[in-house]
Amino acid sequence: MSIAHQDTSTLPEPFGRWFAARGWTPRPHQMALLDKAGAGRSTLLIAPTGAGKTLAGFLPSLVELTARPSRSSLARSRTGTSGSGLHTLYISPLKALAVDIARNLEQPVAEMGLPIRVETRTGDTPASKRMRQRRYPPDILLTTPEQVALLLSTADAPYLFATLKRVVLDELHALVTSKRGDLLSLGLARLHRIAPSLMTIGLSATVAAPDELARYLVPQRAGGRAQADVLIADGGAAPAVTMLDTAERLPWAGHTARHALGEMYDLISRHRTTLMFVNTRSQAEMLFQELWRINDDGLAIALHHGSLDAAQRRRVEAAMAAGRLRAVVCTSSLDLGIDWGDVDLVINVGAPKGASRLMQRIGRANHRLDEPSRAVLIPANRFEVLECHAAIAAVAEGAQDTPPLRTGAFDVLAQHVLGCACGGPFLPDQLFEEVRTAAPFVGLTWADFDAVVDFVATGGYALKVYERFAKIRPGKDGRYRISHPRVAQQYRLNVGTIVEETMIKVRLVRSGRGGHGPTGAIARGGRLLGELEEYFIEGLTPGDTFVFSGEILRFEALAEDEAYVSRAHSDDPKVPAYAGGKFPLSTYLAARVRALISEPQAWPALPAQVREWLGIQHWRSRVPLPGQLLVETFPRADKNYLVCYPFEGRLAHQTLGMLLTRRLERARLRPLGFVANEYALAVWGLGDAAFAIRNGELLLARLFDEDMLGDDLEAWLAESALMKRTFRQCAIIAGLIERRAPGEEKNKRQMTISTDLVYDVLRRHQADHILLHAARQEAAVGLLDIKRLGAMLGRIKGNIVHVALDHVSPLAVPVMLEIGRESVYGEASEQLLAEAEAVLVNEAMR
Amino acid sequence: MTQLIEVSGPAMLAGDAPVPGVLEARESQITVAGVTLVADVAGALYWPEERLLVVSDLHLEKGSSLAARGVLLPPYDTASTLERLAGILSRYAVHVVIALGDNFHDPGGPARLAAADRAKLFELLRGRDWIWIAGNHDPDPADRIGGVFARSLALGPLLFRHEPTPQANPGEIAGHLHPVARVRRRGRTLARRCFVSDETRLVMPAFGAYAGGLNIRHAAFIQVFGALAFTAHLLGQRRLYAFAAARCLTDGGL
Repeated sequence: MSIAHQDTSTLPEPFGRWFAARGWTPRPHQMALLDKAGAGRSTLLIAPTGAGKTLAGFLPSLVELTARPSRSSLARSRTGTSGSGLHTLYISPLKALAVDIARNLEQPVAEMGLPIRVETRTGDTPASKRMRQRRYPPDILLTTPEQVALLLSTADAPYLFATLKRVVLDELHALVTSKRGDLLSLGLARLHRIAPSLMTIGLSATVAAPDELARYLVPQRAGGRAQADVLIADGGAAPAVTMLDTAERLPWAGHTARHALGEMYDLISRHRTTLMFVNTRSQAEMLFQELWRINDDGLAIALHHGSLDAAQRRRVEAAMAAGRLRAVVCTSSLDLGIDWGDVDLVINVGAPKGASRLMQRIGRANHRLDEPSRAVLIPANRFEVLECHAAIAAVAEGAQDTPPLRTGAFDVLAQHVLGCACGGPFLPDQLFEEVRTAAPFVGLTWADFDAVVDFVATGGYALKVYERFAKIRPGKDGRYRISHPRVAQQYRLNVGTIVEETMIKVRLVRSGRGGHGPTGAIARGGRLLGELEEYFIEGLTPGDTFVFSGEILRFEALAEDEAYVSRAHSDDPKVPAYAGGKFPLSTYLAARVRALISEPQAWPALPAQVREWLGIQHWRSRVPLPGQLLVETFPRADKNYLVCYPFEGRLAHQTLGMLLTRRLERARLRPLGFVANEYALAVWGLGDAAFAIRNGELLLARLFDEDMLGDDLEAWLAESALMKRTFRQCAIIAGLIERRAPGEEKNKRQMTISTDLVYDVLRRHQADHILLHAARQEAAVGLLDIKRLGAMLGRIKGNIVHVALDHVSPLAVPVMLEIGRESVYGEASEQLLAEAEAVLVNEAMR
Repeated sequence: MTQLIEVSGPAMLAGDAPVPGVLEARESQITVAGVTLVADVAGALYWPEERLLVVSDLHLEKGSSLAARGVLLPPYDTASTLERLAGILSRYAVHVVIALGDNFHDPGGPARLAAADRAKLFELLRGRDWIWIAGNHDPDPADRIGGVFARSLALGPLLFRHEPTPQANPGEIAGHLHPVARVRRRGRTLARRCFVSDETRLVMPAFGAYAGGLNIRHAAFIQVFGALAFTAHLLGQRRLYAFAAARCLTDGGL
């Protein structure tokens, strides 16, 4: 519903006076939300950043709390008596955001002298304060999903939440796309049960399916469909988005956009404050480094990404808020967060990946709604030009491509079931009904729920040998209880769904202080720069240089869980390999890119270099029609290449590559390797695929048949490192493996080993175990993107077109250039072992 | 860390085509103190003249041992380990088996053996001499597991014991350290269990399904071999891969 013409009722006092004193008029959506709250309706508010969304979310609570007849809660808390209890719970995906919002909220509360107590509760809140909060809850508590789970797992949860009137969920669009959203949905289901009159307010950026998202906010009924009301605020001025038409030569491949460095610098110098978004940490590091290299005017340019030390990130944010910075190079670490009024330009470097994601990023510029946000897209290569072009068209149409609501994960459910038992005894059928009121779990079957409870109790093994070690047990009354207080302690240490890569602290020391080996004597201490993934550090040998924290560093040594680095006197760092964007190209944008390529009449809108590139492709090979899969074959340097262009993102292409090589192997075409990027997949080998196709020995329809998702997929999953990583995450979330196990296995490295071993054993002995189901479900949409691959194979059925070429086509060049840059033959470790051995043999014999 | 996946001829998974360029041989020869031994990709060592097979660090019942402490790992590790051992025993004419210590994860392990696993174990023992060498996890003889118990065993030029001794005498075959070697190729790091030898002495890979690993660049291996002059024989799926230890990666931690 649109609220542009909402009745303008007036704000109650003292709010009206306070708004007037600032020269503000309440926005229509703020008033509308107040009306909804007055009518007792749960509501989803969709509004762009800068629309006063957060204040809108709190206004109903502030008004109600001010109007309440009793003594002030301040007085009550001072006298130590129990007040009217917790009224509003605000939940944010970011700890820092909760803290900032609290600060912003305290200001009007203080200025109007409202009798309202506002407090935060995060992982950083001292234990004494948390204890007090449980006994004397504030009126408004600002917290995170994990803290809600923790509070619900205590025996006093019913008391604490009995008075709860409202839950405000901020950045809901971001929360619901992950397992955190699953966990929070289960917490909400519980809250709705404890406080049946509870209302919810969801605050969200624009999404593709608002009615779907609105289901998340209210309890679902079996067979029926319930959703919150939806308010859509006026989007304000349309953003002004352009693509940089570079005067430089456009690269064929790569993600650095180094060619446009001068043009980027020029943009920064012509604007007040610029936010520069890139897709990966290593891109951010590289770009930051390069910008400073040409920063002759000494512009204040800062760096912000999730691996930097938290204190340093806060300093950058503070400098930004104070208007002291001209530009911040950042990753998705700044996709969410508080609003900075002064940003007048957003630059998105590289692929936009998705229309909605891009719009949210653009929304970070210029939060005055009446002025258009200004954004410039900088493609790093030719394919990204097409993607940027498609994204700009999507933004102009207001098209959205946020992912659909998730199906709740079993590992998250397992964690929740244990949490419920920690809070008090539960009856399985009652809990089952409660869980099914959570939108992501509405389709849960009793059999699966029962398997999850069995898993929580004794591991869920067909071989029933762990009854005596059960974590939860049913009593005579049929209610499950934890078997030992230790179980609750373990639960509290493991709560949450964010499984981080094992991170290594990076400390700056003086060069030469490092020992000669990994355990060499090295002085402790040194400034903490941040944290890096263990796998990255593991790939380094002492003396290697890399860019991190905006400096070129030399790896000195690794001691226990800290890496020691020094400042390198080198201009040529061994930059971390591009590990791919965290987010794949959205299916929506992919379809638009495919359409763009297939329509030569649309090409004139593209930059000349790209037009020429596609033109030659059209002439030399062909451009695929929409819905078609183009397969090209050509020989090159003693090998035969097969390149296809599904445009389904790197993850799905990698999975496809693994499965295709298996099939080509069986067809005796002796594949040697493959490489994938966001748009294409190239496989090469000794056998002549073109010849086999011509002779009818290799049928492309058979090669790309959907049945590859059967046995071939199964066989590959048995040994896939990606699948093992997925399983490990599920095992940790479900509580099979502890994050911090007491005793001998406190070392995380050892934990990594054991989950791989556990995966192998479990797969061989109980392939239908609930955790393997969970891992498969996750793999379908996560690291392996099997679901998307399946959709693609269905789409191209009967629509494969083959072109046999005598050399590489223009469209194939970008993916061919990835060879050598990307790890090849993603999983064939045997091949790599043999190669590594051969390389050493060659060296020795030379 | 990749666990060894047992892929023998007939048990090969559907679609598990041979990897190009890799020889179809599942064993290598390693000479220790003049004795030629056969190292099997499954992580066992065979002495053809004596028809003797060595496996180390089975860590049977590790799963149930952890379960008692609240970590409910799948209770199939013993079955899995014994199955793989049975696979090897069916391929060689083995008269003597030496289980080189840490055969059980804890002294309570033998008592916790499931009936089916115990039956399987006795099936493997039948018709063979079976020597349980003492380990630090299982220092004392156990009941109802058959075989004979020994602290160590000398046979010809070879000495079999659980913990390797620093700068060990020639001919020492030990376990205990769970060696794992890491190599890098094309930007990817691979870690595998391995045999470690300098032709004078040898350290066995751990055989148990849930046994962890220690990087061969850890100082403990220098203590055993005296210098960084030993070779790691990495367990592949179908063959072993030999790397000089100095060419393997360190990882600094355990």
